[in-house]
Amino acid sequence: MAVQNKKLNLKDKYQYLTRDMGWEPTYQKKKDIFPDEDFEGIKITDWSQWEDPFRLTMDSYWKYQAEKEKKLYAIFDAFAQNNGHQNISDARYVNALKLFLTGVSPLEHAAFQGYAKTGRQFSGAGARVACQMQAIDELRHSQTQQHAMSHYNKHFNGLHDAAHMHDRVWFLSVPKSFFDDARTAGPFEFLTAISFSFEYVLTNLLFVPFMSGAAYNGDMATVTFGFSAQSDEARHMTLGLEVIKFILEQHEDNVPIVQRWIDKWFWRGFRLLSLVSMMMDYMLPNKVMSWSEAWEVYYEQNGGALFKDLERYGIRPPKYQDVANDAKHHLSHQLWTTFYQYSQATNFHTWIPEKEEMDWMSEKYPDTFDKYYRPRYEHLAKEAAAGRRFYNNTLPQLCQVCQVPTLFTEMGAPTKLSHRQLKYEGERYHFCSEACCEIFEHEPEKYIQAWLPVHQIYQGNCEGADVETVVQKYYHINIGEDNFEYLGSPDHKRWLSIKGVKPADEDKNAA
Amino acid sequence: MSVNALYDYKFEAKDKVENFHGMQLLYVYWPDHLMFCAPFALLVQPDMTFGALVDEILKPATASHPDSAKADFLKAQWLLNDEPFTPNAEASLADNGIDHKSMLTVTTPDLKGMAGVGY
Repeated sequence: MAVQNKKLNLKDKYQYLTRDMGWEPTYQKKKDIFPDEDFEGIKITDWSQWEDPFRLTMDSYWKYQAEKEKKLYAIFDAFAQNNGHQNISDARYVNALKLFLTGVSPLEHAAFQGYAKTGRQFSGAGARVACQMQAIDELRHSQTQQHAMSHYNKHFNGLHDAAHMHDRVWFLSVPKSFFDDARTAGPFEFLTAISFSFEYVLTNLLFVPFMSGAAYNGDMATVTFGFSAQSDEARHMTLGLEVIKFILEQHEDNVPIVQRWIDKWFWRGFRLLSLVSMMMDYMLPNKVMSWSEAWEVYYEQNGGALFKDLERYGIRPPKYQDVANDAKHHLSHQLWTTFYQYSQATNFHTWIPEKEEMDWMSEKYPDTFDKYYRPRYEHLAKEAAAGRRFYNNTLPQLCQVCQVPTLFTEMGAPTKLSHRQLKYEGERYHFCSEACCEIFEHEPEKYIQAWLPVHQIYQGNCEGADVETVVQKYYHINIGEDNFEYLGSPDHKRWLSIKGVKPADEDKNAA
Repeated sequence: MSVNALYDYKFEAKDKVENFHGMQLLYVYWPDHLMFCAPFALLVQPDMTFGALVDEILKPATASHPDSAKADFLKAQWLLNDEPFTPNAEASLADNGIDHKSMLTVTTPDLKGMAGVGY
């Protein structure tokens, strides 16, 4: 008698460890087990049509991730022991990390929670397993990012309380509310929002600039994190595309629902990425590429090809992509001058770009920089030189949906704000754009609850009535250390001393 | 349109006037002066006069702009929630019809910001 082979082949193992985890319930109704699966109106006729984008089982997942982790932490240790922070291009670069650690790493954690919750809601085992794997990836990313950047916390300001700041600081309500919006949606909208619109369509605009930016600016720790996360991101992108095709193929009634979600989440993602646009153009002393170039490659070209491919399902490109395409000439400059004037309330520093940087921008933004934005910096430089460094001492109006100050301008009219307002149940609401206003109109009950930082301060819910108290006590931003202008800041002075520059040479280095 | 939810989804608006302890929100936008990146969000008393709003709040808020000293806001062109509006400087904000979360737009035709690009 032949001895049965006890070792399963990969295909069988995959089958046992994924699909066989799903079974038909006998003494409970399926509807009671998966109560969230239907209410969004998405019709799934056959879950077995789900193609697993990556045939990965838990045991191989652990093995693979553990190997990556070992290498990653060996490099973190070496980076710390060799004082790697001394080899970066310039201390201004660390401000990009401050933005990443408070704005992005907590989103990785929110994604972990989101996928863990969403995975539970699908009656299809393939989708459940994919969500579970991604949940663990996201948790790992959140942790390894914090470890990668923790070394900088020993040497620079503003990195000491990222999770706390994420929940409270005015501009961090932009990323926070983005993910809260997604996580409070149903499971199919969550996947369309995060797996498709964000991970598949827009993630390269977040990931490539930060990781290439780290490489260009000598930050080995963050680059290594990037490499370690790259294979995970590739899986997430594949899942994003699979998700959308699966939903669209299941039933034609799904098409208009998914189209509205794509319109909404493209725009929500685009507004979130406006923070990345200023990071790319202004916060990297050694520049990788301009925001406008990145948008052309990663959205206009890649996204264009994607939406061409999705045409056969009856899906068209996102409704307001024309506005986003036009904004590529202005976005980073409008954002940076906003943060420049509100630096008293941020955990990172801002500054006027150096002459070479402005020339680079003139080259990258030939139609807009010299006309609209160089004069701003010339004025601000003059004011700073006269001892009147500009801070805006009045709080700004915020958009009810994206929560960014209503600073954006009309398409084709870059000196006119694209403000919108409407009345809902007797209350007035204000928006940064037609697109955000339309998102509100679809689900007003959701957005009337928005926790808008400016209004919360005025309601007296942030431990103080004046900006200084709110910043120090409620935000945990250390005044005079974390915030204000970069030139002359403790970070700047520390960097000069690391580089052995005497104070007399300060002007030359700082100019 | 209405939110799609698993249950009767009804919540209070977060920024109702009752939550501001007798005060109200007011936004003021000065077009062509983008040195101030967005309209100002102000906390004001409904019974303060329009003149006081201009002298005590708007003037200081705009003071860092070179056009501010030259601006005669009371004689400028006003919009209230996008509709033409003639303010009465002696009357209160409430009596001027300015309710909670209203937006005022004040255009100063002779003052168009810096560099010819509304900065």
